Amino acid sequence: QGVLTADQDIREEIRKVVQALEQTAREILTLLQGVHQGPGFQDIPKKCQKAREHFGTVRTQLESLKTKFPADQYYRFHEHWRFVLQRLVFLAAFVVFLESETLVTREAVAEILGIEADRERGFHLDIEDYLSGVLTLASELARLAVNSVTAGDYSRPLRISTFINELDSGFRLLNLKNDSLRKRYDGLKYDVKKIEEVVYDLSIRGLNKEATGG
Amino acid sequence: GSGGFRKRKHDNFPHGQRREEKENVNPSSALMTSFKSFQLELDTRHDKYERLVKLSRDITIESKRTIFLLHRFTSAPNGEEILNESEVKLDAVRRKIKQVAQELIGEDMYQFHRAVSPGLQEYVEAVSFQYFIKTRSLISVEEINKQLIFTAENREETTNTTSNPHDKQPHTWSLKVTPVDYLLGVADLTGELMRLCISSVGNGDIDTPFELSQFLRQIYDGFTFIGNTGPYEVSKKLYTLKQSLAKVENACYTLKVRGSEIPKHMLADVFSTKTELIDQEEGL
Repeated sequence: QGVLTADQDIREEIRKVVQALEQTAREILTLLQGVHQGPGFQDIPKKCQKAREHFGTVRTQLESLKTKFPADQYYRFHEHWRFVLQRLVFLAAFVVFLESETLVTREAVAEILGIEADRERGFHLDIEDYLSGVLTLASELARLAVNSVTAGDYSRPLRISTFINELDSGFRLLNLKNDSLRKRYDGLKYDVKKIEEVVYDLSIRGLNKEATGG
Repeated sequence: GSGGFRKRKHDNFPHGQRREEKENVNPSSALMTSFKSFQLELDTRHDKYERLVKLSRDITIESKRTIFLLHRFTSAPNGEEILNESEVKLDAVRRKIKQVAQELIGEDMYQFHRAVSPGLQEYVEAVSFQYFIKTRSLISVEEINKQLIFTAENREETTNTTSNPHDKQPHTWSLKVTPVDYLLGVADLTGELMRLCISSVGNGDIDTPFELSQFLRQIYDGFTFIGNTGPYEVSKKLYTLKQSLAKVENACYTLKVRGSEIPKHMLADVFSTKTELIDQEEGL
């Protein structure tokens, strides 16, 4: 009996911290969503900087989460924070992409979030959560490609296209089981297609030459 | 209209261009290299999970067979034989559990918990059934876990499972059945005990049902104390447990009321048709 109530108490504590984390994640998301609109484009570096500041809060919150349960029972309670962690991976990947147009590595995300990359060292980022977050990034970039064109930026979609194709090739190497990650991955091909269509629309109109020719 | 235009656009889609783009991806870029390592990591994890699922299934099958064997136990002379045979079977199950423990060295047990949980619950059911037959009491989770501490049987095992070939220390592995798995296993045990009750009456044993009734009531009280603080699965089993207890209590009632009237060999019939009888009587 004691074991079960103690378990419930721990879960309660965890839930509270996760809620705080979700709140911060929402703030970062709202901030970054702004890049989809015209004036947002100019502000990108500033937005990234602000987002990184928010990640500072995230780091503190994750620190607090670590204290709520025994370190070797990460997977016992994993379900509680899995969603918000995937969301945070996506947001970190989005920021990094906006800054450098590269894929954030697992280690880099771990650093942004203030957690470990490997299970052995404690509270870590599970590989599947990392991959889920990256897939969410793909969808966001598909949207960004479309909105870039609308805002008059014709070169960004091309760069996004190269990036997404590489990402797709990477994912094709994985042998996934029929779980939620696989389902999320199935969505990737629609993102790829959408971006290809954007690139196609630009190329038949000669707009991409405008972008690269300058 | 624009809808029609879109359709045509898709037909003219430059598939050739797309293929070309994909071939331009550098297979040894940083991204591709990391994904190759992801592939390896995921494959390793999935393989381990599968191995554990197979072990769990073996554990379940052998435990179930042990339970069937134990149902054949009576206080007749071959009772001792049956108990010994059951011990042999359970030892075989424990050897499988040892393999599980070896697979889980250095891993977070909860990551693979869903793979092995069903097997462990079945094992708890089997071992607690045997314990009840021997002692008429409930085995504790500590007692169960004491039996699940393993040491290396031979040198070969030690060198196969350690990364340091010079490490000559004897290795111990242990698996701890979680309280939840223990509870679920005990809940399933009550179903078997209910069956034992009915069959023991058919054998002419009229003491066991009353012992069982008391025992089951204690278990039921324990579960009621836990109430809904456990996970969902526990509450679900509580419902079945209640039904098992009711069946046993009804059996005792029938024995008490009619036991003296009915020849022993017909007692078993009484329980299968007792609902009919009760209905008939009420009709009168």
